[in-house]
Amino acid sequence: MPGTKFTASVRKEASGSIIDLGGDIDRSAGVDLAAAYDDATGSGNGTDPVVLNFSQVDYINSTGIAVIVTLLAKARAEGRPLRAYGLSPHYEEIFQITRLSDFMSIHHNEPEALALT
Amino acid sequence: MALRRMRNRAVPAETVPVIPTEVIDGGAIPDNDPLFALLLATGGPVEVDRITITSPALDEIRQQGIQLIVPLISQGELIGTLSLSRRLSEQPYSTDDRKLLAGLAGQVAPAIRVAQLVRQQEAQAKERERIEQELRVAALIQQTLLPKELPQLPGWNIEAYYQSARAVGGDFYDFIPLTEGRIGLVIGDVTDKGVPAALVMATTRSTLRSIATQHDDPGKVLALANESLVPEIPPAMFVTCLYGILNPETGDLVFANAGHNLPYVRSADGVRELRARGMPLGLMPGMVYEVNSAKLDLGETVLLTSDGIVEAHSADGEMFGFDRLMELVGKDQEEEDLISQVLEELRRFRPSDLEQEDDVTMVAIRRASSALESASAFGDEPGLISTFTYPSSSGNERRAMDEVADVVAGLGMNGDRLERLKTAVSETTMNAIEHGNHGDPAKLVGVDVLASTKRILVRIRDQGTAPVPAALIPNLEAKLAGEQGPRGWGLFLIEKMVDVMRTATNDGHHTVELEMSREGD
Repeated sequence: MPGTKFTASVRKEASGSIIDLGGDIDRSAGVDLAAAYDDATGSGNGTDPVVLNFSQVDYINSTGIAVIVTLLAKARAEGRPLRAYGLSPHYEEIFQITRLSDFMSIHHNEPEALALT
Repeated sequence: MALRRMRNRAVPAETVPVIPTEVIDGGAIPDNDPLFALLLATGGPVEVDRITITSPALDEIRQQGIQLIVPLISQGELIGTLSLSRRLSEQPYSTDDRKLLAGLAGQVAPAIRVAQLVRQQEAQAKERERIEQELRVAALIQQTLLPKELPQLPGWNIEAYYQSARAVGGDFYDFIPLTEGRIGLVIGDVTDKGVPAALVMATTRSTLRSIATQHDDPGKVLALANESLVPEIPPAMFVTCLYGILNPETGDLVFANAGHNLPYVRSADGVRELRARGMPLGLMPGMVYEVNSAKLDLGETVLLTSDGIVEAHSADGEMFGFDRLMELVGKDQEEEDLISQVLEELRRFRPSDLEQEDDVTMVAIRRASSALESASAFGDEPGLISTFTYPSSSGNERRAMDEVADVVAGLGMNGDRLERLKTAVSETTMNAIEHGNHGDPAKLVGVDVLASTKRILVRIRDQGTAPVPAALIPNLEAKLAGEQGPRGWGLFLIEKMVDVMRTATNDGHHTVELEMSREGD
């Protein structure tokens, strides 16, 4: 059974932008996620953080990790913090194993992710 | 002087004592000849001329010109005679001569007896060795031809038991892989024992193997086997044999029977017999075999047996019998190990000091009532629970992941460990699709789930030939700095997710085996 199609929509808050992710994150998510990031950061806002909301994500595979690595590299090049919340315990473990969590902070909820500046 | 030997009942004809070369071998005195009793009764030297009885042995002795017979007696048995012809001096034997000869006989007799006994024992040891050797050959033939491994059918537990009698009967059983995942089941028994039975068993086995793969009708298989075996089998021998075709997916069993013991099915309602008429193989040509079918439902067991069970005798000479076996199969449906139950009952019935009269063979085929039950029945050795195949197209790694997860969840794995195994299965299947099979949908990825009481194994097989590379720890800093591509996480993740990952490349296949302990689930 094929997975759920990837979705990414951007919400802008005072202290940063949130990208609400949905469905499966694999290599096919790359283009849409990059577009969402550009949308979230397009209007300037200096180096306000971008927060990835994983709470509606069912599945992330290794090609999805690569997509996140690509995004993280771009954000770091821009000096912009990338944060995450809503990861299931399993994917949180994977973010730790892959050391992604060393470069993007993992939070329990959205206020916590936005509060940190 | 001539030494005669007696035929002594205790000494086989070919084991005569060593006779000095200067001695005439005058032939034995049969123990039913009156002379035999006379010499035994007299105990000392006897002059031939004075013997008045009529005896064929005496006539012969007279013809040879023998004058004096000195019996050699040891422990009351006449074991030979010293026979003396006329003295060179032509004078009769004196009283002193007789005393001397009697004394000599008294000393010679025990020595000859000892020599006889040694010979006798040597001969018996040789005979025993010959028999043992023959038994070893028969046992070797049988062991070589019985299946080395039991078939692994998802959702089924197959067990077999074979214990040869000392004389090695001609029992055999076999599993023949057929098309569409079906399997041919054979149990048989050759009349007679030892090497002749083992050779007939070997012929029957290979005949059935070659015919079974060409015909779907078990009656036809037995009929053709019979035609082929009639000219091959010695006239006094025949083979009883049951042949069935099991469809593991549906539980359908189609069978025919050449005079073999009926299979019994242990079911929730008790026991049922699987009847089909037919004559044993190898007796006469032109036989027809009735075909019947049965359906094995979840949790049911079919038991195939050989004569060695029902024909076992108790100390009182009572037979184990079909009724007792059938009753045993019908009770305790909760107990899954039917073979152990039968063996236990057999041990109770037949005292351990009584030698096993015939081979004892059993094959029990149980349809598991659940995946969990299949796994627990496998004990420490993982057995196949489920098997899947997928075309190599993108997205099928998710199907594999979900389908394996369903099976593994049924085995009681859950939570974090289930999630980890799912990720590992998905990643491994994706590698198989993309790297092993290069995304060619015509190439299949095979996924087997195996389980034991302790472990769960998932084997994922593709048609790749290059070895799976070792997993490297990805350099995240280099990837973030753009010095390396962002990918390369798959193998690393798989290794981290499971307890053990093994890879093997052979015969045009890659296999990656993922192992998870079941402890903690």
